[in-house]
Amino acid sequence: MSSQAQLLPGTLDLLILKAVSLGPLHGYGVLLRIGQISDRALLIDQGALYPALFRLVHRGMLKANWGTSENNRRAKFYELTPLGRKRLREETAGWNRLATAIASALAAQPEEI
Amino acid sequence: MKVLAYFRSLAARVFRRSQIADDMEAEHRSHIQHRADDLERSGLDRAEAERRAAIEFGGHQRYKEECYEEIRGNFIETLMQDVRFSLRVLRKSPGFTITAVSTLALGIGANAVVFGVLNGMILRPLNVPQAQSLFMIERARGDGNASYPDYLDLRDRNRSFDGLAAYNIDQVGLDTGENPSRVWVLEVTGNYFDVLRLQPYLGRFIHASDEHGPNSAPYVVLTYAYWQNHFQGDRGVVGRTVQLNKHPFTIVGVAPPEFHGTLLFFSPDFFVPIVNQEQMSGVNVLNARGIRSGVFCVLGHLQAGVTPAHAIMDLNSIGSYLEKTYPKDDVHVNFALSRPSLYGNFLGPPVRAFVTGLMLLAGLILLAACANLGSLFAARASDRTREVALRLALGAKRTRILRTLFTEAVLISLAGGALGLWGSVALLRGLSAWEPVPRFPLNLPVTPDANVYGVALVLALVSGILFGMVPVRQVLRVDCYQVVKSGSTGTGRRITVRDLLLVGQIAICAVLVTSSMVALRGLSRSLHSNFGFDPRNVTLMNTDLRMAGYAAGAVPAMQRRMIRAAEALPGVESVGVIDMPPLYGGGHGALIFRDETTDLRPSNAVDTAYKFIISPEYLHAAGTALLAGRAFSWHDDENSPRVAIVNRAFAIKIFGSATNAPGRYFKTRDGARIQVVGIVEDGKYFSLTEDPEVVIFVPLLQSPSSETWLVVRSPRDPRQLATAMKSTMRDLEGGLPAYISTWTKELGFSLFPSRVATISLGVMGVLGAMLSITGIFGMAAYSVSKRLKELGIRIAIGAQPGQVLNAALGRAVKLLAVGSAAGLGLGILASRVLASIVYQATPRDPLVLGGVVLAMLLLGLLATWIPAQRALSLDPLTLLREE
Repeated sequence: MSSQAQLLPGTLDLLILKAVSLGPLHGYGVLLRIGQISDRALLIDQGALYPALFRLVHRGMLKANWGTSENNRRAKFYELTPLGRKRLREETAGWNRLATAIASALAAQPEEI
Repeated sequence: MKVLAYFRSLAARVFRRSQIADDMEAEHRSHIQHRADDLERSGLDRAEAERRAAIEFGGHQRYKEECYEEIRGNFIETLMQDVRFSLRVLRKSPGFTITAVSTLALGIGANAVVFGVLNGMILRPLNVPQAQSLFMIERARGDGNASYPDYLDLRDRNRSFDGLAAYNIDQVGLDTGENPSRVWVLEVTGNYFDVLRLQPYLGRFIHASDEHGPNSAPYVVLTYAYWQNHFQGDRGVVGRTVQLNKHPFTIVGVAPPEFHGTLLFFSPDFFVPIVNQEQMSGVNVLNARGIRSGVFCVLGHLQAGVTPAHAIMDLNSIGSYLEKTYPKDDVHVNFALSRPSLYGNFLGPPVRAFVTGLMLLAGLILLAACANLGSLFAARASDRTREVALRLALGAKRTRILRTLFTEAVLISLAGGALGLWGSVALLRGLSAWEPVPRFPLNLPVTPDANVYGVALVLALVSGILFGMVPVRQVLRVDCYQVVKSGSTGTGRRITVRDLLLVGQIAICAVLVTSSMVALRGLSRSLHSNFGFDPRNVTLMNTDLRMAGYAAGAVPAMQRRMIRAAEALPGVESVGVIDMPPLYGGGHGALIFRDETTDLRPSNAVDTAYKFIISPEYLHAAGTALLAGRAFSWHDDENSPRVAIVNRAFAIKIFGSATNAPGRYFKTRDGARIQVVGIVEDGKYFSLTEDPEVVIFVPLLQSPSSETWLVVRSPRDPRQLATAMKSTMRDLEGGLPAYISTWTKELGFSLFPSRVATISLGVMGVLGAMLSITGIFGMAAYSVSKRLKELGIRIAIGAQPGQVLNAALGRAVKLLAVGSAAGLGLGILASRVLASIVYQATPRDPLVLGGVVLAMLLLGLLATWIPAQRALSLDPLTLLREE
């Protein structure tokens, strides 16, 4: 459990966008991709993925089409829209700023003050 | 694009919910399958893998619901949240809520009432089939309409109309075997109902085939209302015989419920054929081509594809034929088309102008109310800056905060709209049932319909959005960091939107106050102006002797007996008879020729004078002053030379001066030389707003008229006198329907337009005044409460009360002054329009100007009183300690 981190609120969307930006994926694929690119450090409830996907489609960040998966099963594939791509860029930049700031804040040593 | 996509997706989801559900289900299943494939690969058997996968996935019903939340939650849920939140906020500040709702209720109510009138009188088409192609034919120059023979020519020669019908309005004595009564009838041409494309409710209508010359069609068609009220809806009424002016008539049918003739505001009792006119009115003008008032109104449907312009050309070519064929009777025959519902150009334009003007004023009221509410909202928003800043700091979106503000505004506007509409519907119902003028079946058909409700709703929403928009900029500008830190926004000294709103609102109110003052002053002047007679202490009794079967020769003797009988009543000072009292909306025109004129064709006449037929005692009884010469005597009869009494305007116009007129002669259309024996003062004869008119009075013995108005001057209580007169007249002649009233009350008819104008403008003025009080009060109270701290410091370091007031309210007073001045100027401009309706309405009247200034001052004083008191009674110690 210690090697896995709880997701911060609002970061699931960012992760989904990132996962899908690497190539069209179906829902289960998104889950696998996030696990893969985070070295299995991030824990996501399987079912909780779907409301997030639904929300992103609803807001025009993703578009979805039914297709056939590598297991030869019917599955819904998600792709990034231009709006989603833009959002991903923004959120990534924002996240990096925040992370850098927090990291440097936490790295502060007594003698630096 | 985003918004569009959002709505498209929303709509798609709302309408294809089950499809979405299926889709989601399939997707969840696919997920579980894929997971099961992986588990199977790691060594589990298929069944166990699927079980595990399903457990890992969790409650898929819950996720489905969560998906729905994503769409629904963004819309209806948020809306409900906003509504609940707004209600809670509003309940916490009941003073604000009540002020806002009632302000808006007044604004919307005023608009709904005026729109109801506009809708009923002008917008709503007549209740007949294809009303849009129905026109009435008028003379372009406005002098009379058509004679009956001219009507026949128009009917038979035109190529533009699907038939032309005509009607007259008349009053007849009805005897159904019980109480004889006077009823109002429309004398209609045989084709009337067919031209209007109506079907009878019961029995049959009168048709063109019923007409076979004078008095050939003794048939009656009842209106639905009269049938209900007087025959209790008895279906056996068809075929019954009733006595009209002692002539037997057969009831043949009942008109449909919604039809009461083509005049909107007039409800006759029934319809009779115009060919029986002689039996109705005692005169027969069916063959008199020269009498232009022969028919009251000619109307018909334009043929399909014929434009009004074409129809007018067609009619005018008939006009020039008439001029050529009957040069003695028909001159300047040019026609115009207009709508029959308000009697064409006679009532249409003034009514339309007045109601439109009123609508504008009502719009101004609503605008003022919105400005008022806008500044209230702005003030409230800046009071809530802290709250807004806090919410922003906690992560609320600005759009969301604006949404709650808008929800609040719309809730208030809907509540105000509902309240206003409720009041106005009650008022409109009352107006529809109101009979403004006794004796005339007049009414205002202004029952509210769906249009009124719709307009009220739209107005409520629009004004909600309008005043909800005012604080938007304020909220968008809030810098939460600054606000939370310093506790208040910087109070700018610049002119703010709120100041502009207040000035605008005060200006609007000043316009309303000015117009209502102008109207009130005009009305009070017209009530005290010289009518040329003195209506006080006079009781009038009206009857028509032909209804009791008197022939022309027997009329004067009977009238004389009536005068003597009334004179004998105790307490009666004098009694006279006139055929139609002045200011009664009537009066016959008589062409006047100079004595030396021999060719008596209409174009040679010097003028048209109103002609009144009077008994010798009339001038005395009516209180009309004789300036020179003598009054009539009972010796001015058919055997003596023709004489007349004229008014001053007549003497000056025809003879050059009032002094040398007695003894001179003029001629009338029939060639008679008439000697002027007396001059009377000028008065008002047709309307209160008329310019001085030329008038002649002739003795009733020389031109008898069965229409009889007994003018009884007596200081006695009018009701007692009326009872006494009724029994005296019953002794004289049993079957005589009589109408008794006081002259003052009857004058209501002439004063009706200006009275309506004054009442409506007065109401608008009061509304405007109330709005400006609340507006100024709100502004002043707000500016005091906003600056309590500053004022406290000022007082602590020794400011005098005057200085404190100046600091606290100086701005409000300045705004008030600017607004009032602007409003007064605008009001003076607007009052020019009023002058055409309200007699002697002029804004260039020191009393009006002074009154407006005084009124605005009082309003300002009243509205700033409480805030001023609050500012003065500040205790700096308490205040500074608390802060």
